[in-house]
Parts: sequence; C-alpha cells; structure tokens
Amino acid sequence: MRLLISLIAGCLFGAGLLISGMTDTTKVQGWLDVFGNWDPTLAFVMGGAIIPMLFAWRMTEHRRPLVGGTFPTMSPPELDRRLVVGSVLFGMGWGLSGLCPGPAIASVTYGGVGGLVFLAAMIAGMYAAPTVGAQLDRTANAA
Amino acid sequence: MQLEWIWGLAGGLLIGLGAAVYLLGNGRIMGASGILGGLVDNSDRTLERLVFVAGLVGMPLLLRPLMSPTPQTHLTGNIAVIIFSGLLVGIGTRIANGCTSGHGVCGISRFSLRGIVATVIYIAAGAITLAVLRHMWGVI
Repeated sequence: MRLLISLIAGCLFGAGLLISGMTDTTKVQGWLDVFGNWDPTLAFVMGGAIIPMLFAWRMTEHRRPLVGGTFPTMSPPELDRRLVVGSVLFGMGWGLSGLCPGPAIASVTYGGVGGLVFLAAMIAGMYAAPTVGAQLDRTANAA
Repeated sequence: MQLEWIWGLAGGLLIGLGAAVYLLGNGRIMGASGILGGLVDNSDRTLERLVFVAGLVGMPLLLRPLMSPTPQTHLTGNIAVIIFSGLLVGIGTRIANGCTSGHGVCGISRFSLRGIVATVIYIAAGAITLAVLRHMWGVI
C-alpha cells in the first residue's frame, strides 16, 4: 500500500511539473528575473499546488495516515543558521540554472547531458551537505 | 501567455494533489530534496523513495511525447555553471532541510514559519543572483 501511494504521488508530481512548464528552465528563470522579461507562471504553479495541501493539512486533524502511524509534527518555529544559509545557497543555484530538485529529477530523461550532469552534481552536493552543515555549526559556535 | 498560466495552475493542482496523497496516505511530506536526500544518506524507507522517484521520472517520460510543442528544459550549455549550480542546490536544500516542494508547497500550506522564511529567502537569493550575473555583469 505504501509503495502504491508513493508511486501515485510521484506520478502526480511528475505530471504536474511537466504540464506546468516547470521543467523548462527559462520559465523558472523568467519568474526569478524581476529585472528582465518577468514571467509569473511559477506563482500560478505554487498557488495551484498549495490549494489541495490547505485541505490536506486540515484533514490531518483528528485522524491518522491511511497506512497508520502519525502525521509529521511541525518543527518548532526556529530560524536557525542552517535554514538561512542553506536557503541562500539553494536559491543561488536555482537562479543560476533554473532547476530545483523536483524538476531536475523529473526532466532527467529529456534534459540531455547537461541535465544528467546537474543531477549528478546535485547528488554529490547532497553527499557533501552533512560535512558542510557541521562546518557551519562549528563557525556558529566560534562566533 | 495567459494559456501558460492556466497550464501552470493545472500542473500546480496536480503537484498539490500528489503532495496531499503522500501526506494523507503515507503520512509523509512530499519534498523532492528530502526524498532523494534520504536515498543519498541511506536513510529509512528506501523502496518507498525509489518508487516515488520512478513515478516522478516515468510520468514525464510517458506524457512528454503527447504534448505540443514538446517541452524542453533549455538548460544552459555551460558545464561549469551546471556543476556549480547543481552542487549549490544539493548542499543548500539538504542544509536547509527542504526545497520548493517541501518548504514551498508543503510548508506554506501548513503556515509553517520555517517554510515561509525559507521560500522567501531562496526566491530572493535566486532573483538577486540573476540580477547580478545577468543584468549587471552579463555573464549568464
């Protein structure tokens, strides 16, 4: 059951990314390019994606996930160094390339060599992240 | 142009529906960086993550030939930019513990302060990066 749900969710996510145009880096960079030919499409995608989730979070009250267990608890509203620095680094890479993790995975079969290299570099970055994060914590303690 | 917004909204609804299925079904947050990162870290639920990735890769592969014009990624040909930005995205999303799907879609819809702040920061960082590199320096 878990696997079937994962497959359905992955298929919906992939179809949505393709149809919305979010695997096209020019559309994503168009949204971030406020001083250029600004493209608002991403706002519609984000808004559209948030709508079903508003209902979904409401439905998590007073019930359990279909497969049992518990729903993820909300992290304490703490804005730490990791959240800020990580989001800055991610945003820079996103702006530079026009790819974030979802579309990078979804477009891997038609993104050519560049798409494959991006995915490989992203995975390498994920391998390196715990080390970089630990370094970040050390400088935080030293400061 | 308006047609693209409608496709954007329709695609967005599908993405949100996927996130809702994952949450209500498996009780998990549908975040691309978290699901892939868990495979990299050799975390729990490996098969569940792999199946999700298979759907995420497989569906565009099946649907793309049916679409007109055929969607393209238009990724830059500059391999140095690709590698550098890929590293930044991989490191950044794992340190911040989320990306556009996790912090953006799932976080904002829950009115999570961390999700909202992360989303504002990565959009601002992306916009500033493009403003500087494209419009001030003209290098990308």
